[in-house]
Amino acid sequence: MGKKKSVNYARYGYIFSIPFVIAYLVFQLYPVLYTVVIGFTDLEGLTTKVTDMHLLSNPFGNFIDILKGSGAGSFRLALFNTVIMWLCNFVPQILLALLLTAWFTDDRTKIKGQGLFKVLFYLPNIITAASVAILFQAFLSYPVGPLNSIRSSVLSFFSKSYDGSTYNFLNNKAFTRGVVSFIQFWMWYGNTMVLLISGVIGIDPAIFEAAQIDGANRRQTFFRITIPCIRTILLYVLVTSMIGGLNMFDIPHLLNRGGPDGSTTTTAVYIYKQAFQNPRYQYNKAAAASIIMFVIIMVLTLALFYILRDKDEEELKKLRKRERKAQKHQL
Amino acid sequence: MSSQPQSLSKSKDSLVIKIIVYVVCIVLAVVSIMPFWVMLVNATRSSVQIKEHPISLIPSKYLFSNKEVFDDKPSFQPVTGFINSAIISVGATVCALYFSSLTAYALTAYEWKLRDSFFKFIMAVMMIPAQCTMIGFFKMVYSLHLTNNLLTLILPAVAAPSMVFFMRQYLQSSLSMEIVQSARIDGAGEFRTFNSIVLPIMKPALATQAIFAFVGNWNELFRPLVILTEGSKKTMPIMVSLLNGDIYRVEYGAIYLGLTITVLPLIVVYIFLSKYIVSGVSLGAVK
Repeated sequence: MGKKKSVNYARYGYIFSIPFVIAYLVFQLYPVLYTVVIGFTDLEGLTTKVTDMHLLSNPFGNFIDILKGSGAGSFRLALFNTVIMWLCNFVPQILLALLLTAWFTDDRTKIKGQGLFKVLFYLPNIITAASVAILFQAFLSYPVGPLNSIRSSVLSFFSKSYDGSTYNFLNNKAFTRGVVSFIQFWMWYGNTMVLLISGVIGIDPAIFEAAQIDGANRRQTFFRITIPCIRTILLYVLVTSMIGGLNMFDIPHLLNRGGPDGSTTTTAVYIYKQAFQNPRYQYNKAAAASIIMFVIIMVLTLALFYILRDKDEEELKKLRKRERKAQKHQL
Repeated sequence: MSSQPQSLSKSKDSLVIKIIVYVVCIVLAVVSIMPFWVMLVNATRSSVQIKEHPISLIPSKYLFSNKEVFDDKPSFQPVTGFINSAIISVGATVCALYFSSLTAYALTAYEWKLRDSFFKFIMAVMMIPAQCTMIGFFKMVYSLHLTNNLLTLILPAVAAPSMVFFMRQYLQSSLSMEIVQSARIDGAGEFRTFNSIVLPIMKPALATQAIFAFVGNWNELFRPLVILTEGSKKTMPIMVSLLNGDIYRVEYGAIYLGLTITVLPLIVVYIFLSKYIVSGVSLGAVK
């Protein structure tokens, strides 16, 4: 009888999953497949009907076209910009977050006001990225603006020959890239820190006690115990930050419209420009770029999971599998 | 004998470390607040004042004359943006919460054949970023004449893989099947059991996820920018993006006021919910 009942209930598992599955198929899976198809066609122009779209005679034509181009406004430059701006934000971000984590979780130096610091460090993350981008643009504005006035007062303090001229910061490629990286860093280090701290708090305190008894100093404890123990959280941070970084859009798009000279055009901005700002509405090129990004993200994520996989756990899983098999044989 | 000077130097060391820690933390805190403070203050200053001294920490009295700029040049419409953003964020958050919980319940409470493969599928697609699917999504929506329709941004929230993953984790640790069984004995249907017994159990998880889903939807720029092109349908982040247009070029005070209008509600909400937000950040992380 009990068995009959559980069979009866099983169908609710399917029924309750139906809304998710339908919404997923319609709003996510179909668009993904559709994007892939468009990437191999000649679909251009806002009003072109889907029925007028044709597969290219050279199926990879769009991919070759966008990978061939170089210089301002090319996909290759966009990919380079994305990677460089992500690295310049992620490396300092993870280092600062680790440092703050080490400080905040150390029992020996009890830091007061931790709660307040956490709340303040996390604050920029909650604010609309679009507003943050425009705010920084206002700070950097030329010929008059907050940063220019700081620059002027510094220059007139140090050199007597300063003529009071101002500087257009957003015309400087390296500087603008740096600003994008800084904003990303500023918005996300608090988030990363909170994640890492929760990881450290989750570690069994007995491990730290044992280390202390064995005479490990702070540095040893941190590098030999804390970091290996929060490996999965680190992986999570790395993967989510990487995916977020490879999709960076709001800040570079609004800070300086991907400029100067396309130097802050990320791949997401590139896709947006090709599809919606290019007078030819090149959906096919944009779709091809999307597919390339999709593949890059997938490969990197899988590689990361593989590199950082828990080898002990894997062994354990294998053992369990063997045990289960043995049990089955006995039955 | 020899241990005393050693411990002294140790405590001196830790004092130095402590000072460094506090200095760094205070500097970082100031860096977090300063941009918003300058923004708030400049929103109350006239464009002439800002032109002369772009940075000031003391508010002035031109808040309302800055506001008038938007009456004269009305491409930035905060009220419209606010209403649209509110409709999308509330709608999408409710859809995501309800249907993710329902799916998570299906994954936890019932034994069905495809359950494990379904869950593996959800894990696999959790990481697919929306921007990789945008072209297909737009083309589909465009040919169905559903651009400039707020529902286009609300309904996709029904399928939120990462929220399903989170809700499943939560249910596994907090749902006891005995409660479900006793509801069944009392004659409640499965759907009713979910609505009146399981959902209340999930309240803490729903609250955290609600905050993050709402903020995420509120702040999103990319999808609304592509889907909503009519002025009357624009959301807050799109309205903000209009502030860097040429018509506000020299209206420094108005730009800061516009930014303040978009940022201040978030800061106020954050002041009240910061405790839940900061402690909720880590809940979504894979353990």
